[in-house]
Amino acid sequence: MTATTTRPPSGSRTRASHRFALPVAIAVVAGLMVLSLFVGAYDITEKEFGTEMFFISRVPRTVALVLAGCAMSVSGLIMQMLTRNRFVEPTTTGTTEWAALGLLLTVLIAPGANIATKMVTASLAAFVGTMIFLAILRRVALRSSLVVPLIGIMLGAVVSAFTTYLAVSTNLLQMLGTWFMGSFTGVVRGRYEILWLVAVIVALAYVAADRFTIAGLGEEVATSVGVRYHLVVFFGTSLVALATGVTTVVVGMLPFLGLVVPNVVSLARGDNLRSNLPWVCVGGVGLTVTCDIIGRVVRMPFEVPIAMVLGLVGAVVFIFLLLRQRRDA
Amino acid sequence: MITVSGVTKVYGDTRVLGPIDLELPAGGITALVGPNGAGKSTLLTIMGRLIAPTAGRVTIAGRDVATTPGRELAKLLSILRQENHFITRLTVRDLVGFGRFPHSRGRLTAADHEQIDRAIAFLKLEEITDRYLDQLSGGQRQRAYVAMVLAQDTEYILLDEPLNNLDIRHAVSMMTQLRTAADELGKTIVIVVHDLNFAAAYADRIVVLNQGQVAHVGTPTEIMCPEVLTGVFETPFRITNHDGYPLAVYYR
Amino acid sequence: MHETVTKAPPAPVRPMAAARRPRLWPRFVILTVLAVAAAVLVLTWDIGPAPGTRGFWLIVNMRVVSVATIVIVAACQAVATVLFHTATSNRILTPSIMGFDALYVVMQTGLVFFFGADTLSRTDGLPKVVLQSLLMVGFATALYTWLFAGRRGDLHVMLLIGVVFGIGFGALSTFMQRLLTPSEFDILSARLFGNLSNSHKEYLPWAGLVVIVVLALVWQRRHRLDVLALGRETATNLGLHFKREIIVLLILTAVLISISTTLVGPMTFFGFIIATLSYQLVGSSRHWHVLPFAFLLGVVTLLGGYFVLRHVFYAAGLLSVIIEFAGGLFFLIYLLRKGSL
Repeated sequence: MTATTTRPPSGSRTRASHRFALPVAIAVVAGLMVLSLFVGAYDITEKEFGTEMFFISRVPRTVALVLAGCAMSVSGLIMQMLTRNRFVEPTTTGTTEWAALGLLLTVLIAPGANIATKMVTASLAAFVGTMIFLAILRRVALRSSLVVPLIGIMLGAVVSAFTTYLAVSTNLLQMLGTWFMGSFTGVVRGRYEILWLVAVIVALAYVAADRFTIAGLGEEVATSVGVRYHLVVFFGTSLVALATGVTTVVVGMLPFLGLVVPNVVSLARGDNLRSNLPWVCVGGVGLTVTCDIIGRVVRMPFEVPIAMVLGLVGAVVFIFLLLRQRRDA
Repeated sequence: MITVSGVTKVYGDTRVLGPIDLELPAGGITALVGPNGAGKSTLLTIMGRLIAPTAGRVTIAGRDVATTPGRELAKLLSILRQENHFITRLTVRDLVGFGRFPHSRGRLTAADHEQIDRAIAFLKLEEITDRYLDQLSGGQRQRAYVAMVLAQDTEYILLDEPLNNLDIRHAVSMMTQLRTAADELGKTIVIVVHDLNFAAAYADRIVVLNQGQVAHVGTPTEIMCPEVLTGVFETPFRITNHDGYPLAVYYR
Repeated sequence: MHETVTKAPPAPVRPMAAARRPRLWPRFVILTVLAVAAAVLVLTWDIGPAPGTRGFWLIVNMRVVSVATIVIVAACQAVATVLFHTATSNRILTPSIMGFDALYVVMQTGLVFFFGADTLSRTDGLPKVVLQSLLMVGFATALYTWLFAGRRGDLHVMLLIGVVFGIGFGALSTFMQRLLTPSEFDILSARLFGNLSNSHKEYLPWAGLVVIVVLALVWQRRHRLDVLALGRETATNLGLHFKREIIVLLILTAVLISISTTLVGPMTFFGFIIATLSYQLVGSSRHWHVLPFAFLLGVVTLLGGYFVLRHVFYAAGLLSVIIEFAGGLFFLIYLLRKGSL
């Protein structure tokens, strides 16, 4: 009972009627971003240091929201294409847990490391972890596509156990929880610039999009069509690992983002990666900004970390998607 | 006797089967044939209570398969579909032994072992009886499964494409053995087959399904006519008579 | 894999299948001896007062609590994991991913967060343990009946949703934990890792009783479990009501895991190690061989591990963390080497 992951493009509604859809969506999200610039406990229009706050905190925060939102959504999309499974994304394959482990190891071995070093080690660890996951997928005969995220989550739990063990023995456990809970509160100028790497990643993903889709059809099909399967998988995994590493280091873990956005987009538009990519970015940004604003507003002046809001929203949507799949089966 | 009344199966918006009204008398072999998607497997699976119909009911020897307790039904009716994958490692003998579960609930008596031995001999599995299932070829596994069903010793046996993985020798052997089971042991056997010629050569009656409906029911002689078959299979048929049973030729 | 050649010599006439069974007895005997030896060691090693004196027996009595806890926990985890594997036709999963552990953690964290760190010890006692277990089993049962019992029930959907709930609870816990003071957090985290010193005498008899009842139920169903392992269609063909049996099985698993978690905290991979080793070492796939073997192996491993850590490394508190660590490694290696589920 494998669920197929491809759907036909939604109906015969012509692209023409949707020609304005993307610009409209971008406009809406841009509006949200503006809102994000002005929402916060510190009233920037009145207070003395308003303008400075604006550029030190609000602008970087909003930019980080955009970049992180893109990073995780696109990562999820790439992984789904490569594994032909709708429920795969960095937090359901152990990738983020590996990044966390890498980060913890860096902090333990080289406490004074700068943010770039941390990013590199986190990304390397995420890369290793994702390759392990893919290797397991290839070797294990799977009868249901729903087993895949289960295995990924088990893997994540294993890595979590290691990380927890290390943290316990070095008394860093509570700090660990704080770092990895995705939160944009600490994003200020000078602490987030490395996230701009995500823009490069997304651009590269767009260029290689078709190859990812073909690689997702399996090694045999890909090879017979002339795509260098292992190279493409390697490349896709690197992009995902890098995006995850960067995001985890700067912001922490953003659960379900890479799952929810690509799935909702493909529900509406089918499964063409290249044409979905802009939508996935827009959707990712929209969701991230909205959740962050909610987090800022709900218990003013305290901030609820975005991971909690995302976790709640993401869980609800994930469950909805699962139930929907069950209904269609 | 198997009675199918008003059975329908709907998936989402698509009606894949029905409504079907069918009466299959006890005894003998009935073959369900038809093109892909005709609903043969679906009908068999519903008859074997492995899936529930959207509407309608099936009674076997007067018992409604949907409401009769599983344990009782398992002594009356057995069904075998395509291969299952499972996580435990079993030998052929282990698997065939499970066929006795409805009778003995796991505690095998001497009588059970006799049945098991007989089923293994019937399917000529003696040489591989202690090999693990995952070490066997598809055809050997298939025969082991059929042996399990035979060990279950039910009056009604439903088999979904039992000849699928079998080479020519074993396919002929399987049909011969099913024929013996029907003639000497009085079993009622319903099989889904793709190969019309096997159906014509061994079955007492053939049910032709097309697009979820019963298109024709009859003896092999009645069914094996170009007028009947060409329409259903959308391929030109020629029928020859061979040694007293009809043979369909449609290859070129 | 090709057909056996017809020219092969005919197999010798086989006696009944019992021929294979004698080979299993030695393993069980060895394991039982090891288990008893381990128990005796833990009970009597390194006691100051001379054997036979009152002081000696006093200390042994105290240790009996630890040994009883370990035996109960080992039984729960090992048996529950084997049952879970049968119910899900999957030997890679463990019951704890269904959110049990996460639910337990969120309950403990909630207590500390809302009522302060001393509530943990103030409320300790049979009522709390019973309530926690009931909540966990209730949650599991609700999940199963909502998602699996109905006409369109799908096992994997249910598992995933359980997992998602687990992640949700986890996020909630982490958030609350952030807001605790470091000392509150330390007190809490002592509860969150399988820790044998957590257990108290009062609820052991109750826990033991429930476990015995569950194990008896499982034993009574042992033949049915073998048939269930054959898959839905074959099991239905052989007369079992598949969904009902699976749900009962999952509920029994839930009860076992809840008891173990309430006694000593979450243990994710211990059951997995024991179950996997049992499948390899027992030499049979019948549940009435695997289950007792897993139980004995679990007892030996946990008692042995406890003994070694306590008397050789003086690090008894870390037992569960090390088990999880080793178990996780084992799991990874197993996955990478094994070709199929």
